[in-house]
Amino acid sequence: MTVSEVVAVPGRRFRWTAGLVAGLVGMGLVVLTAIVAPFFLSDAANALTSQANLPPSAEHWLGTDRFGRDMLARSLVSTRLTLIMTVLAIIISVGAGILVGTTIWMAPRRVREAGLRAIDIAVSYPSLLLTLVIAAILGPGTTSAVLAIGVAGIPTFARLTSNLAASVTRNDYVSTARLMGVSPMRVIVRHLLPNMAESLLVLGATSFAIVLVELSGLSFIGLGVQVPDYDFGALLASSLATIYTQPFQLVGPAGMIIITGLSAMLIGDGIAAAVDPKAGARSIPAPGDNAGSRPVRTDVLVDVENLRVRGANGKALVDGISFTVNRGEILGIVGESGSGKSLTAMALAKLLPENLVATAHSLGVDGIDLLGDVAPTTLAKSIGLIYQDPSSTFNPALRVGPQLTEVLRAHLGFTRRSARTRIASGLTAVHLRDPERLMRQHPHQLSGGMRQRAMIASALAADPVLMIADEPTTALDVTVQAEILREFSAINTGRSTGMIFISHDMGVVGALCHRVIVMRSGAIVEELSGDALREGRAQHPYTRQLIAATPRLHAAETIEVTQ
Amino acid sequence: MSSELMADEIAGPRRPRPTVSPWVGFALRRAGGLLVSVLVLVVVTFLIIQLIPGDPALAVAGPDASAADVERVRTELGLDLPLWQQFADYVGGLLRGDLGNSFTWGVPVSTILANRLPFTISIALVAMAIVLVVAVPLGMAVSVLTRGGRRKPLDLGFGVVTGFLSSVPGYVIATLLVVVFAITLGIVPPAYSSQAGFASFPLPIIALAIGPACTVARVVRREMSAVLEQDYIRTARGWRLRPSRIYLRYALPNLLTTTLTLSGLILAGMFGGTIVIESVFAWPGLGSGVIAGILNRDYPVIQGIVLVIGLLATAVNLVVDIALALIDPRSLGGSNDSL
Repeated sequence: MTVSEVVAVPGRRFRWTAGLVAGLVGMGLVVLTAIVAPFFLSDAANALTSQANLPPSAEHWLGTDRFGRDMLARSLVSTRLTLIMTVLAIIISVGAGILVGTTIWMAPRRVREAGLRAIDIAVSYPSLLLTLVIAAILGPGTTSAVLAIGVAGIPTFARLTSNLAASVTRNDYVSTARLMGVSPMRVIVRHLLPNMAESLLVLGATSFAIVLVELSGLSFIGLGVQVPDYDFGALLASSLATIYTQPFQLVGPAGMIIITGLSAMLIGDGIAAAVDPKAGARSIPAPGDNAGSRPVRTDVLVDVENLRVRGANGKALVDGISFTVNRGEILGIVGESGSGKSLTAMALAKLLPENLVATAHSLGVDGIDLLGDVAPTTLAKSIGLIYQDPSSTFNPALRVGPQLTEVLRAHLGFTRRSARTRIASGLTAVHLRDPERLMRQHPHQLSGGMRQRAMIASALAADPVLMIADEPTTALDVTVQAEILREFSAINTGRSTGMIFISHDMGVVGALCHRVIVMRSGAIVEELSGDALREGRAQHPYTRQLIAATPRLHAAETIEVTQ
Repeated sequence: MSSELMADEIAGPRRPRPTVSPWVGFALRRAGGLLVSVLVLVVVTFLIIQLIPGDPALAVAGPDASAADVERVRTELGLDLPLWQQFADYVGGLLRGDLGNSFTWGVPVSTILANRLPFTISIALVAMAIVLVVAVPLGMAVSVLTRGGRRKPLDLGFGVVTGFLSSVPGYVIATLLVVVFAITLGIVPPAYSSQAGFASFPLPIIALAIGPACTVARVVRREMSAVLEQDYIRTARGWRLRPSRIYLRYALPNLLTTTLTLSGLILAGMFGGTIVIESVFAWPGLGSGVIAGILNRDYPVIQGIVLVIGLLATAVNLVVDIALALIDPRSLGGSNDSL
């Protein structure tokens, strides 16, 4: 359970955003124009008059072109041809693309590999290249432009569909259907397409904008629609010819391209955002008010009184808990997911996510008041941190050594070389062999257990007075768990480092901790000694429930880490 | 080239594939891919003439040509020979650097390519450099400044401006740039002229860079926001490092893979994208050459330029793959999916 998971995301529901509404309205108007304009404006748009190259006026809002035709009327009338071309090109791209992309996933493995490879090669080239080839073969013209753009878009759509299909076909129900002998066509229609529909809708809207831009571009450079027909691109090109004398002639075609493309893009982005469960607006909570705070006690290592952690909606995730940790003591915090145990630890480490805020009457470690500003160096020297999942806590892009030595170099004035020597001996102390080689490796080259040992060595390097371990063994397998627990036990006896050990595993906590607090829904329900827990003297029904829920896989025998 | 959504999807998932010796496997696979790509390009450009509907010789000679003219063109281009022999001649010519002569300009296609290539490459590369220098820091900065729902107005403004600019086609931006900077303000020439020298360069470069810069900035911003949520960033915060060090040392390297893959697609796209931009500025590059070629039915020029743009895209893909492998050794096993 990472901190980010604790912070609940809003449920999945369709959100109408301003962008989506604007896009739909804009596209609605464009489509309406495409249908209606040619009926009413064709005369003004096409009839040659003597009123050539007029500037904008009440009669001709966007002026006239060099044959005396109204530019606004021409821009509006050209919408129909532009949209028809765009839709036809998209039908070619999307239809053929979906066909190729889905059938590839139903094909035998070898065919599929080869097909995916071919698509990979095709999409690594600019689609304009294929467009040019087709335009060169067929010659300039409306049909050839639609074919050129449509066919050139097939590889892209095949790739997108095959990516989507790849994630859908991994689902069990698809393999089940295939194993049961359901025909490939039926699997595509019944299972693949419905599950890709949402994404394809987004891609369709997005590619509408792209295809429109490409088609208009082709007409713009003279390879698309030919005189006497005209679309947005052809209109823009003809107004470019008179750009010095009549620059306003650009307004109509440029404006129509922008409005149509933007509407399509807004719809695509809007749908994507509307169905994305993570896209909800995040807000930050009001700063905390530590009314009633008192000075931090110095007779205990950790002093927490009335700690509250709440989110932006004001909901208390940790609801006024108080506890202390003595010097050299291991305190266990147990509870189910969402009980607030990790948030308690992160509040104590001053590492809460930005959308959570902590308040308390007292929050202190080793006499340091954590409610105020604390110098980073003081924090780094006082509190060592170990997290749950060693596969994600190291930066995958960097070698292990520079990460482990970071605290020593940043806060304790070590040189690169002396920090490496210090960490190397620390790594040996947690029973890792060949530390020099290990430090030169990337995190993914180490096993989970090795990474967690390395993390422990790093946390100990600055000799902190308090170690906070947030489910440090949960992601490890059982034998490695026991070894890591032994390391913790040794650290505690050898260095008298105080420790807060968070877990949902009663067996682990009972084996290691001097004292245990049990949390549920942000509150402490019971506090008991490690001995009491081991001897089954838990009072609270919830604690008993937790103990009963812990699988008793000879835990007591396997985890021999008693102090 | 207007939506980061598409670019992102095309970049696709990377399939790790264990290999005994990563670099050897990588080199072999890459060389094989290179060979196939070049072969496909050669075949496709060869087929341009063959696939012309009806009689290619008639199409080349033009509708007004006499029957004798058509036959002369047929023999000149070797269209009367068997297909395999035509292909052998084409490949042989390519190997000697002979791409035929332009019908319209009467000079060797290789000369036309040599004259036009620098114009296209220079504006594409400078535009790409500007895209990276502007967009990556911008995306990172916006992500950091708006993290956790802060600075809503900046968030909204960034989204609206980049979304708008990335959806306006480059040739419309180019046209508007000409109206504002060349015609109204008169500070740069509206089109290429050899007298103007470097003053001709800014407008086409800006027109090429704006859309992709917005796309890259949006992707970097989204990726950065995802990276900042990662556990290893919390680890770095737990080490109480300076924010600048967390962002530059711990977050930035994790953005590079996506940024590089996307940049490769964009740069390859720019070699094609210059075609439309070039026509706005009468830029004497490959793009205006190929357009003239198609309008004049100058097939040797079309073949030569399509081949060169394809080879440029191949080279970009190769460089990106090697860079990815150097940055992230894990990608050696499966290689970048683009080839």
